[in-house]
Amino acid sequence: MKIHDVGMAGTLESSDITIHIEDNEGKGIEIGLKSTVENQFGNQIRKVIYETLQELEVKDALVCATDKGALDCTIRSRVMTAVNRACQSNTYPWEAK
Amino acid sequence: MSRLRRTMLYVPGNNPGMIRDVHIYGADAIMLDLEDSVSLNEKDAARMLVYNSLKTFDYGKTEVVVRVNGLNTPFGRDDLEAIVRAKPDTIRLPKTETPEDVKEADELISQIEQKIGMKHGTVKMMAAIESALGVINAYQIGIASKRLTGIAIGAEDFVTDLKTTRSLDGIELLTARSQILFAARAAGIDALDTVFSDINDEAGFTNEVKLIKQLGFDGKSIINPRQIEIVHRIFTPTEAEVKKSTRIIEAIKEAESKGSGVISLNGKMIDKPIVERARRVLQLADAAKIFVK
Amino acid sequence: MLNGIGREIPEEITGLGKLRSYRKNITNGQAKSTQRSRERQRNPDNNKIVGSLEAAIKEAGLTDGMTISFHHHFRNGDHVVNMVLDTIAKMGIKDLVLAPSSLTDVHAPIINHIKNGVIRRIETSGLRGDLAQAISNGLMDIPVVINSHGGRARAIVSGELPIDVAFLGVPSCDAYGNANGYSRENNAACACGSLGYAKVDAQHAKKVVLITDNLVEYPNVPFGIPESQVDYIVVVDSIGDPKGIMSGATRYTSNPKDLLIAKQAAEVIEASGYFEDGFSLQTGSGGASLATTRFLRDKMIAGNIKASFALGGITGQIVELHEEGLIRRLLDVQSFDLKAVESLKNNRFHHQIDAGYYANPDNEGCAANQLDVVVLSALEIDLDFNVNVITGSDGVIRGASGGHCDTAAGASASIIVAPLIRGRMPSILEHVNTVITPGHTVDVLVTDQGIAVNPLRKDLYDNLKSAKLPVFSIEELKAKADRIVGKPEPIKVENKIVGIVKYRDGSVIDLIHQVKKEL
Repeated sequence: MKIHDVGMAGTLESSDITIHIEDNEGKGIEIGLKSTVENQFGNQIRKVIYETLQELEVKDALVCATDKGALDCTIRSRVMTAVNRACQSNTYPWEAK
Repeated sequence: MSRLRRTMLYVPGNNPGMIRDVHIYGADAIMLDLEDSVSLNEKDAARMLVYNSLKTFDYGKTEVVVRVNGLNTPFGRDDLEAIVRAKPDTIRLPKTETPEDVKEADELISQIEQKIGMKHGTVKMMAAIESALGVINAYQIGIASKRLTGIAIGAEDFVTDLKTTRSLDGIELLTARSQILFAARAAGIDALDTVFSDINDEAGFTNEVKLIKQLGFDGKSIINPRQIEIVHRIFTPTEAEVKKSTRIIEAIKEAESKGSGVISLNGKMIDKPIVERARRVLQLADAAKIFVK
Repeated sequence: MLNGIGREIPEEITGLGKLRSYRKNITNGQAKSTQRSRERQRNPDNNKIVGSLEAAIKEAGLTDGMTISFHHHFRNGDHVVNMVLDTIAKMGIKDLVLAPSSLTDVHAPIINHIKNGVIRRIETSGLRGDLAQAISNGLMDIPVVINSHGGRARAIVSGELPIDVAFLGVPSCDAYGNANGYSRENNAACACGSLGYAKVDAQHAKKVVLITDNLVEYPNVPFGIPESQVDYIVVVDSIGDPKGIMSGATRYTSNPKDLLIAKQAAEVIEASGYFEDGFSLQTGSGGASLATTRFLRDKMIAGNIKASFALGGITGQIVELHEEGLIRRLLDVQSFDLKAVESLKNNRFHHQIDAGYYANPDNEGCAANQLDVVVLSALEIDLDFNVNVITGSDGVIRGASGGHCDTAAGASASIIVAPLIRGRMPSILEHVNTVITPGHTVDVLVTDQGIAVNPLRKDLYDNLKSAKLPVFSIEELKAKADRIVGKPEPIKVENKIVGIVKYRDGSVIDLIHQVKKEL
């Protein structure tokens, strides 16, 4: 999938994560993360964001994420929603191939 | 015997903090909502979140219900496509007015089940009736699909349809409640009552629960964990009821061991409805952790 | 030889040694003044009031390298510590050992005193806010010493922690030093109720300076600190901010998860085997720990069970149970809200106790050792049931040892309440970051998703299982959490030790390391 516009999803509530995603013009995937649990789960959060983007076949993306202790499934959901909004599509995990 | 549905705890589908913890409070069922508690521009986010959450969390023995948007909205179809794949126990249809509403959803769910290789009929349905027309059609709705295991009343939209308001003694809901109950019993499915929104009015809530229990309802939607204990307490059988039910079950076992077709207790014949009620009482007692020998 | 009244007194008597003769007017104990007592009190030559904090510090003889102490009854409304340290700093005194009973967010200015060499080392029960963060980041050369409340009392009483000058803020005080945490007559602006932690310092410090903003008539009765322990008094405009000291009343939490945990904890107490008429109880001052009393109350009424006493930090909620007749006596080492202060003032069986009485392990009768049940919170607990209440999930100090290890050891059944997961952080770890309370004194863990019983307590395990409570092994509970949150990476620390944690007996139970800074 190719990102056209800016896509945003999630809230700043506890257990949620905001994902702000835009195109990165051929520079690959860059993730900027601010998290309340950076020390303990920072790498894991980045991993989930990265893997979800890969699953959706997004090659270039600039991701800005603010995490308030979101679990992996929430991170996945918010990334997927943000990407869909950025591409104005409705791709589902079982469709992404 | 069908599972207990004394309480169904309701969480907004776009709230990850609430979704992950909703099952710890001991409600019989949880309902993740994609409909009225989710704003229009977040329907996609909620759908994705509920989908992924259902695939991740282990809710144990709690019944997992998802309320989708109506098929007459731009969201309903996508909701079903996503949610059925996440295998909830039950899909709750909002604002059901006609048996066709139920059949349409049933058909769509069947298609999805087939697409993904799920056994037909795995996902159950529940219909919320929230209008006068729906109440009038309640029985037809109740028998419209084999998937349908319960009908519920949704009072907020219902009283608006009636052009009145909700009151504490609920007289405006009396007929609707009764009609839905009749329909449910005639159709052989559960009858579930509506939400009580004032979480600080414990006395008002208690009265309403006592009322609907006496009417015959199987349970109630709730919006705050504090309400769970009150409902479960009121639905807990008395010691006398438990004793009587135990004796009935014993009588059945005795009759079966003797190979007798007729079951009697204290000179009275025990027929099927009484047996079922006894079983239900013991099921409720067990859920309330009363020790039954 | 004739003495001052003309009596013949020998210079020496066999068996008694030399005798010192009475001399008129210059022998000690002749205090005759003809002033009215009221005027005497106001006469600076006849009372203990000193003109300024600086004068008091001078008279107390404070010099470089000495140990000074404070109490923390004013919590986040304290003005005393900062006021005194600022004055000491201005006077050029350095290298002091700071030994307060605890420190809070408002004590951030201490950072500068450390940087300027006024404070050389700190001995406290807890640290919070910017000061704690700075110390966790390696601000001090000498590690902070963390004591429990009982441990601090033990160290002071035994002389292991000798205090040179104690600076004690007191809400009411007369000209000779009879001081109290409240006043029965006027309403002390900064009332704090019990002066439990201050009393130990007043009794054992070499010099005691009281600081008050409420000078009252002699004798200030009732008093928590008797004048006989007091050397100097300084009157200032304000010793604290009442709003920061305490609220009107502590509310029960309305957080549904905390209430769920509290309800379970009450069930655990009921099934424990210790829930009988005359049992004794201590709970924490908030959250799930305090809310347990709400659910326990119903069971007490239903079973006609009354508690013989409640101990510890006393809140309005505990006072209500006392006034209802459900708890017979209240032993108060720290009053948490105005309702508790009112009760201490007015209720005959609500009594002020000092920290040593409360929890000094050298005192076998200490109240903490008389507890049946204690309900405590925890930040972390590990598979050995060791508990951490002082360092956060990022390794930074943000709490206090307090009475945790004292009451856990002293109570027959110690119950820890904690959510299984906080945000994304699991409460159950393989090893806690910092051990405050050793696992063999921790009996039951109650979470929102199950209960674990220490294998050392087969009696409790059997009782809870018979009551059909959801008992799991602590490993099972940990696995449940791990499945939900994943595996946290361990906290990265430097080699430098920034704190040593002492158990209540003064032995070192754990170390706190400097946290590694992320670049």
